[in-house]
Amino acid sequence: MPDMSALFFWLLAAIIIASALAVVLLKNIVHSALYLVLTFVGVAGLYILLNAEFLAAVQLLVYAGAVAILIVFAVMLTRRGDIRASNLFNVNYLAAAVVSLALFIVITLATGRMAWTATPGQAPAGNVGAIADAFLGHFAIPFEIAAVLLLVAMVGAILLARGGKQDQ
Amino acid sequence: MITLNHYLALGGLLFCIGLFGALAKRNAVAVLMGIELMLNAVNINLVAFNHFLEPARVTGQVFAIFVIVVAAAEVAVGLALVLNIYRRRLDSNVDDLDWLRW
Repeated sequence: MPDMSALFFWLLAAIIIASALAVVLLKNIVHSALYLVLTFVGVAGLYILLNAEFLAAVQLLVYAGAVAILIVFAVMLTRRGDIRASNLFNVNYLAAAVVSLALFIVITLATGRMAWTATPGQAPAGNVGAIADAFLGHFAIPFEIAAVLLLVAMVGAILLARGGKQDQ
Repeated sequence: MITLNHYLALGGLLFCIGLFGALAKRNAVAVLMGIELMLNAVNINLVAFNHFLEPARVTGQVFAIFVIVVAAAEVAVGLALVLNIYRRRLDSNVDDLDWLRW
């Protein structure tokens, strides 16, 4: 049944776009955060459709797990006033809409003109081993630099969130 | 038949929704949510290129993992900044963060 992946693609695309629009358009920021989790889960399903199972697992762990929890915590810690009107538009939302729409039109025109030459060849069934080889072989130095970046971000986030009271 | 162009259009649409959220929202946490949507759109493009153009290698997936690493670092530091600003100004409205303006 060849149409199964197409069906899943349209289903996941509808989920992703609808929940992304809900993230942007809803007025309650807690609802926005929950729809953001739904968007991340939809993107993880798309990765499974693209034969990237390891990336789908990483997406679920990092985005739908860690990043969503961080954002919900930030919402909780910066809550003030009415939660039902906590996610409003700012003064220049019309300009933002025009810019985003123009960018989407440009992207669609540009990618629609391109004729991609797909290389024939089937993807291997499981590519976790290939990803491991790439990380510890060809991309070993960026891998280590990413580790240092994560450490720096962690220390920086702790320092920033702790505040400047220890200065005086 | 789903082609590469379908995935690119989906990524472009998601990127533009995220851009609209990052530009048009008043709450700083919502701006960070928009940036996360944009990074996810980029990852969809990278993985789709990997799948359709070079299926035997995993370079696109490796790049997507690096993007996820940078996004995690960015959201941690960004939310710490938002918390710090909120503690000083009791506000997370990006329209009011204008004390660098002259």
